[in-house]
Amino acid sequence: MTVHADTAPAGAARSRPADPGVRSLVRARRTTSWTGLWFVLPFTILFAVFLAWPLLAGLWTSFTDRSLAREDASFVGLANWQEMLTDSAVWQSLWVTLLFTAISTPLLVVIALAMALLTNRVTRLGWFLRFSFFAPFLLPVAVVTLIWVWLYQPGFGLVNAMLTTVGLPEVGWLTNENTVLLAVAITTVWWTVGFNFLLYLAALQGIPGYVHEAAALDGASPWQRLTRITLPLLRRTTALIVMLQMVASLKLFDQAYLMTNGSGGPDYAARPIIGYIFDSGFTGLRIGYASAISYLFFAIIIIASVIQFRLFARKGDAA
Amino acid sequence: MSTVTSTARPAPPARAAAAPRRRPRVRITPGSVAVTVSALFLAVVWLLPLLWAVLTSLKPEGETTAVPVHWLPLEPTLEAYRVIIARGDLQQWLINSTIISTVVTLLTLVVCVLAAYAFSKTHFPGRSWLFALFIAGILVPPQVLIVPLFDEMTALGLVDTYWGVALPQVVAPVMVFILKRFFDAIPRDYEEAARLDGAGHLRVLCSVILPMSTPILAAVGIFTFVQAWNNFLWPFIATTDPALMTVPVGLGTVQGGYGIQYAQNMAAAVIGALPLIIVFMLFQRQVVRGVTDAGLK
Repeated sequence: MTVHADTAPAGAARSRPADPGVRSLVRARRTTSWTGLWFVLPFTILFAVFLAWPLLAGLWTSFTDRSLAREDASFVGLANWQEMLTDSAVWQSLWVTLLFTAISTPLLVVIALAMALLTNRVTRLGWFLRFSFFAPFLLPVAVVTLIWVWLYQPGFGLVNAMLTTVGLPEVGWLTNENTVLLAVAITTVWWTVGFNFLLYLAALQGIPGYVHEAAALDGASPWQRLTRITLPLLRRTTALIVMLQMVASLKLFDQAYLMTNGSGGPDYAARPIIGYIFDSGFTGLRIGYASAISYLFFAIIIIASVIQFRLFARKGDAA
Repeated sequence: MSTVTSTARPAPPARAAAAPRRRPRVRITPGSVAVTVSALFLAVVWLLPLLWAVLTSLKPEGETTAVPVHWLPLEPTLEAYRVIIARGDLQQWLINSTIISTVVTLLTLVVCVLAAYAFSKTHFPGRSWLFALFIAGILVPPQVLIVPLFDEMTALGLVDTYWGVALPQVVAPVMVFILKRFFDAIPRDYEEAARLDGAGHLRVLCSVILPMSTPILAAVGIFTFVQAWNNFLWPFIATTDPALMTVPVGLGTVQGGYGIQYAQNMAAAVIGALPLIIVFMLFQRQVVRGVTDAGLK
């Protein structure tokens, strides 16, 4: 997942390699030993117990009819997988996930970019802007949803109050199947855009000032400098942010679950695939079936990562 | 990527030499005014939900649902806060969150630093094979594991315990990777000098490598803490006892269950938001660097 070569520590990373003579002397002493194994042991145990084992156990469980309601389970072959492929709720929740990703990702990239460009140009109030844009990212999800459920209330909620003030009709944000996912997406943008904003701001501050000064001397207008210099120089950062953001959006669950009180919203219009995994496993108690869907989700994440990685690698070459 | 917080961009040498201590004079043009106004407008829009939450929390319950909506409380009161604090849940959740996030952060640092050091500075049988396995682990989203992990935790008797919530969060292969990359960049000369003086690996790690790694340790620590503090899905599944819940889980599942008391909900939200916001205001630089440096990978 790492992409940026320039994130390595500035001081230590740039020092030159050791003198060749010393090096060969040192290499003679560097032999294979078992000491290192003791150092990796604690992490290896935790990795095995809390990552590798559940991953394999989940795969096995997906071939059984295991349930939280009883002890025994029997092997059912591909039955869960077959059921999954014909279960309309799987495809519907998958659609919700993809739709959410399609709505939220562009907003989370474009707004973050706008925030960073503005903040980078403002000389005095930088700390205030950084605080305003980034602070929501530090809020626990339940705080975010408490606030936004309150904002979305019909009648006395702030969002609808503002709509009616300017003469627009009220919207039943969380009670209408057509708006509930949009409402979740807006909340998500408000909550998490600050992280992308920071990445953009860091990239902008890495562009040396003389690039712009040279362009200005050559008579480039501010707009030309933005489109011809700044945005092309930000291409790697944009690719990185799009990549991180898409995978993050595909993992939607927390805020959608809390904003709909765990119901998934009217007609399950805001129940993402993880929501369906949760419902099948912990409400329906069907652990075997939930495991099969988990693997479908896993496959989607891997495919999305691979596609993005390839796209990104190509863009990186061009830049 | 390490210059996030340095607001002062490097000035051209000539100007810097002429007036080293004076801020560069800002020319006020229609363009710069437009930029400032738009930036401030956007910042205010972003702060409005928080401001509205704080204002609501200061209203008496009857005022919160008044139509038309008015911004300032007519009769400001701390009643909502008094009720929330008297109930005691939130303090318990704050304590739980503090304990769990601290344990997760410390364990992650110790365990990942040890592993990263071994991968970076020692040679042992199966090293590259094991490292490849851990890197592959980065690709596994924690959400995939919730069902079998809950099953496993039930078998181990760790459901509804601090360890059950904390331990799975310690497995962060990406942190091993980040730390290893940093350690790789430390020239071998330093560590070899200590080795020639007879220091063991643990000694080299503690007295040579770690003192040179404080920025990355801070980054990994802060990022892990923020993540653990705000983690919802796993703590939500691993706890059913309100006395063991973290802030996000307790606020999300129990708070709403008291019925719709908007002023109290907002008071709880404000208190729940405060710890990290205060940390952020005190250590803005470090938090921003920590989150970006460690979160980038």
